[in-house]
Amino acid sequence: MSGLAGVLGVFDGVDATIEAIEKLRAAGIKRITAYSPAPDHAIEHALHQPISGVRIFTIVGALTGTATGFALPTWTSLDWPLITGGKPVIAMPAWVIIAFELTVLFGALSTVLGMLILAKLPYRKPLVVYDPSFSEDRYGLYVTPPSGRGGEIRELLREAGAIEVREKIGEVPGVPA
Amino acid sequence: MATVLRSETHPGVESYGEVNRDVLKLLGKPGPKYFALLATAIALVGAGAFAFGTMVVVGIGVIGLNNPVSWGVLITNFVFWVGIAHSGTLISAILYLFRARWRQSIYRAAEAMTVFAVMTAGLFPIVHLGRPWIFYYLLPYWPNQRLLWPNFRGPLLWDVFAVGTYFTVSATFFVVGMIPDIAAARDATTVPWRKKLYTLLSFGWRGSNDEWRHFTRAYLYLAAFATPLVLSVHSVVSWDFAVSIVPGWHTTIFAPYFVAGAIFSGLAMVMTIVIPIRKIFGLEAYFTARHFDAMCKLVLLTGMIVFYAYITEFFMAWYSVETPERAAFWNRAFGQYWWATWIMLTCNGVIPMLFWSKKIRINIAAVFTITLFINIGMWFERFVIIVTSLAREYEPWQWRTYRPTWAEMTITAASFGWFFMWFLIFLRVLPAVSVAELKEVLPAPLRFGRRHKAVSEGTAS
Repeated sequence: MSGLAGVLGVFDGVDATIEAIEKLRAAGIKRITAYSPAPDHAIEHALHQPISGVRIFTIVGALTGTATGFALPTWTSLDWPLITGGKPVIAMPAWVIIAFELTVLFGALSTVLGMLILAKLPYRKPLVVYDPSFSEDRYGLYVTPPSGRGGEIRELLREAGAIEVREKIGEVPGVPA
Repeated sequence: MATVLRSETHPGVESYGEVNRDVLKLLGKPGPKYFALLATAIALVGAGAFAFGTMVVVGIGVIGLNNPVSWGVLITNFVFWVGIAHSGTLISAILYLFRARWRQSIYRAAEAMTVFAVMTAGLFPIVHLGRPWIFYYLLPYWPNQRLLWPNFRGPLLWDVFAVGTYFTVSATFFVVGMIPDIAAARDATTVPWRKKLYTLLSFGWRGSNDEWRHFTRAYLYLAAFATPLVLSVHSVVSWDFAVSIVPGWHTTIFAPYFVAGAIFSGLAMVMTIVIPIRKIFGLEAYFTARHFDAMCKLVLLTGMIVFYAYITEFFMAWYSVETPERAAFWNRAFGQYWWATWIMLTCNGVIPMLFWSKKIRINIAAVFTITLFINIGMWFERFVIIVTSLAREYEPWQWRTYRPTWAEMTITAASFGWFFMWFLIFLRVLPAVSVAELKEVLPAPLRFGRRHKAVSEGTAS
């Protein structure tokens, strides 16, 4: 079904953007995407966002690194047990260094992986609902309206101070917001 | 807008739009002077490649290394460049965790410096190997036709892991942190090849709330990883020396001493690089006297730690009543390399004391000159530690005076060429000042001039 897929409001101030978010939420509309040139805690608060799940990736990656950092030197040393410098074959203090470095390495890489997965990056579709000014000094709110409420949302965005309101015509998602 | 709110650290920057314009104009078409500089850098790299090639073809005798001085200028360069790298991570990660409000404009350049300095440093252990073509024996790989694994009990292998991790993590941090800024460059550029490149590197970034939410978290964790990492890397480098029993190396203070020295030299290098950039591109509003004041204070702090370590070393040599240790340090100050030691003490111990004066800290020309001395002093510090200790080990019949040959000096010059080649390319291809992070410390644009209750606690300063 083709129709009004979404409404985009462009704002030139963070205050107006937040006001619009609050009005939209008060009107029971929850499917809002906010675009901003810099991370903004106020927008995050207004949208009632949950805390990012990146930390799960971070801890799992880091612990995998620690385990690898102890396992690899242990296994390789036992593979050909050779006493050098009168030290034990499994020399834990030395392993700690390897384990530390691998904790950081695996932890950092899996953090980045987690970010890419959770933020759905790289985003490879053409940037339709986007304005180049969002990376400069404009804010944007993209709303997927429940069927029949497009006009109301347009009005709401304009009232909150949007300097421009655009509509996206396309496939309408089946699930109401 | 009724009132223009000003950022505390960047009072000359008025709006978000201005940041984009000022920063992204660096990504324009460079002039002939730029290409002349780049050509010089590339020519130096070529000369270094020639010297290295000669060494590979003729043999290790081309460089001045022999017993007992088997580590010379090449390893000096390695430690020097790894040290340079450290301040980039300090500014981008440690100061981020400390919420220092002046780091935003400067950290990208410092981070680029980190990545390129590690790339430079990483070449030296390989260049200095007798048979550099089998450098991969250092890596634990499998299956291994020699049925051997590397020795994990040896400090040199710790170094492989430390420097390898450092390069990977700092490069990742650098690239990931740049995503929103590359998106800004993508949106602003009209040059086709730039558009393509930025579209690719921006990962399709749109600045949506979900993207920012995960990005800022990931950035925080990366900073939290990079912070202990940077402290570990130069500690591990110092253990290359300290774990041996060479007089002058075998001390427990080496790790903190090296870390402080690394940050000291790195901060000096950041300023050496940023001061000309600021001048050439007219970025005075972004790199203000306040920035240099803050960095000079850090230089003063780390410089004093380093100077204290020098004094401790000499004191402990005397206090230990150990003849070889005492002889090593006497030789350091008054032996055949006395000049290197006194250059080190003057440049790192005495000259930075000028930074006690606020007048000097905010005098950009003076700061630039002093940082040049620190760069020289820190190179000599590594030379002194490595060469003077090896040239006079325990047995007098083994004593020898090391002199670097033309090949080592050429490779040393080439390392600067290599570093600046990457830096110059970076400066014109990628955003050298963080657009998005600067905006975090600037007052956000307002439509009605009203500050929302949540905004005042948020990002604007």
